[in-house]
Amino acid sequence: MDGHDFALWEKRVDALMVLCGAKGFFTVDGLRRALEDMGEDAFEKHSYYERWIAAVNQNLIEGGVYSLEELGTRMEEIAARGPTYGEAQNG
Amino acid sequence: MPHDHPDHAHDHGLSPSGHPYRADNDGPLTYWQRMEIAVRELLIEKAKITPAEITAQIEAMDARSPANGAAVVARAWCDPAFKARFLADAGAASREMGFDIGPLNLIAVENTEAVHNLIVCTLCSCYPRNLLGLPPDWYKTRQYRSRAVREPRAVLREFGVDLPDSTRIRVHDSTADMRYIVLPARPAGTDKMTEAELASLVSRDAMIGTGLARTP
Amino acid sequence: MAERVRVRAMMPPGHVRAPSYLRGKEGVIERPLGAFHNPEQLAYGLPAEKKPLYRVRFRMDELWGKAAENPGDTLDAELYDHWLERL
Repeated sequence: MDGHDFALWEKRVDALMVLCGAKGFFTVDGLRRALEDMGEDAFEKHSYYERWIAAVNQNLIEGGVYSLEELGTRMEEIAARGPTYGEAQNG
Repeated sequence: MPHDHPDHAHDHGLSPSGHPYRADNDGPLTYWQRMEIAVRELLIEKAKITPAEITAQIEAMDARSPANGAAVVARAWCDPAFKARFLADAGAASREMGFDIGPLNLIAVENTEAVHNLIVCTLCSCYPRNLLGLPPDWYKTRQYRSRAVREPRAVLREFGVDLPDSTRIRVHDSTADMRYIVLPARPAGTDKMTEAELASLVSRDAMIGTGLARTP
Repeated sequence: MAERVRVRAMMPPGHVRAPSYLRGKEGVIERPLGAFHNPEQLAYGLPAEKKPLYRVRFRMDELWGKAAENPGDTLDAELYDHWLERL
């Protein structure tokens, strides 16, 4: 038994983390710093990949890859696509 | 102690293939899923990443599993010269067997009658993922991460590994750039087994140190 | 004879890779690991100089005192040179 399979969105978070790291957009230490800065209660409130996508996003914002306004606008658009991940996952 | 085999089956039933249904694609869209979609789309639109790269990376991670580590362990049990190379530089020895482990810096630690090794990352969730795939959920829990360094014997007992006081326990906290893999002790009564048969005795937990190699 | 070291007990805020449970504790250098970019600079997107990294071995009774399950059991961790004092 090797545990559960991860959800597609979680695998995508993992892939984004590895690829952005390999391309030099941030370092694993930058991700860890962002995770630690979320505070202790983030560990209780959010799942592993929820915390990691937050850390990836934090580092990309800090690195100027896109702006908060672009992110916020896009997240609103995505919410309008449909009520499930399956419907919203591709723009 | 936390094993990562929650009873999905009792919550959601099983698919026709006998696997638990995955709820992610048809459940309500969460804030964090929206963030993942947005980050991915923005990276693609700004030509920082291609969809093909994302697909290839997911496939590469999916292809990594504890079976890769088990193959390396079985080789080390069968070939003393390989074992020496594995203990000197576990990353190089794994690459020599054809495993694409990227830039992983890997140290192998050997279990014997006198010494039992246990791997943990107290600061986050460092794990030899490029060889063994993604870590089990329990490895990432605060409970395992805090207790493995303070009371490793109690943790091991909860995993079913009860060691005598005469066996020295060495805990390895992956605090920086190295990752660790345990070379489990070869079980007795396996002299006639082939390398492939031996590999089937090596569980993921045996390579973390929370388990032992199975006895045939 | 293994070289004895003590982990510096400083507690600056921010991202460091020296776990707090090891600060102020004494151990021996198990092996040098080479030089790696300083995570305390990498974490903030800064150019990072290379620092020597060591594996340091601690006895459980040094870490946990009488609460140690077995005083002779050990713990190894990776620590950067600038976190170690030679004894």
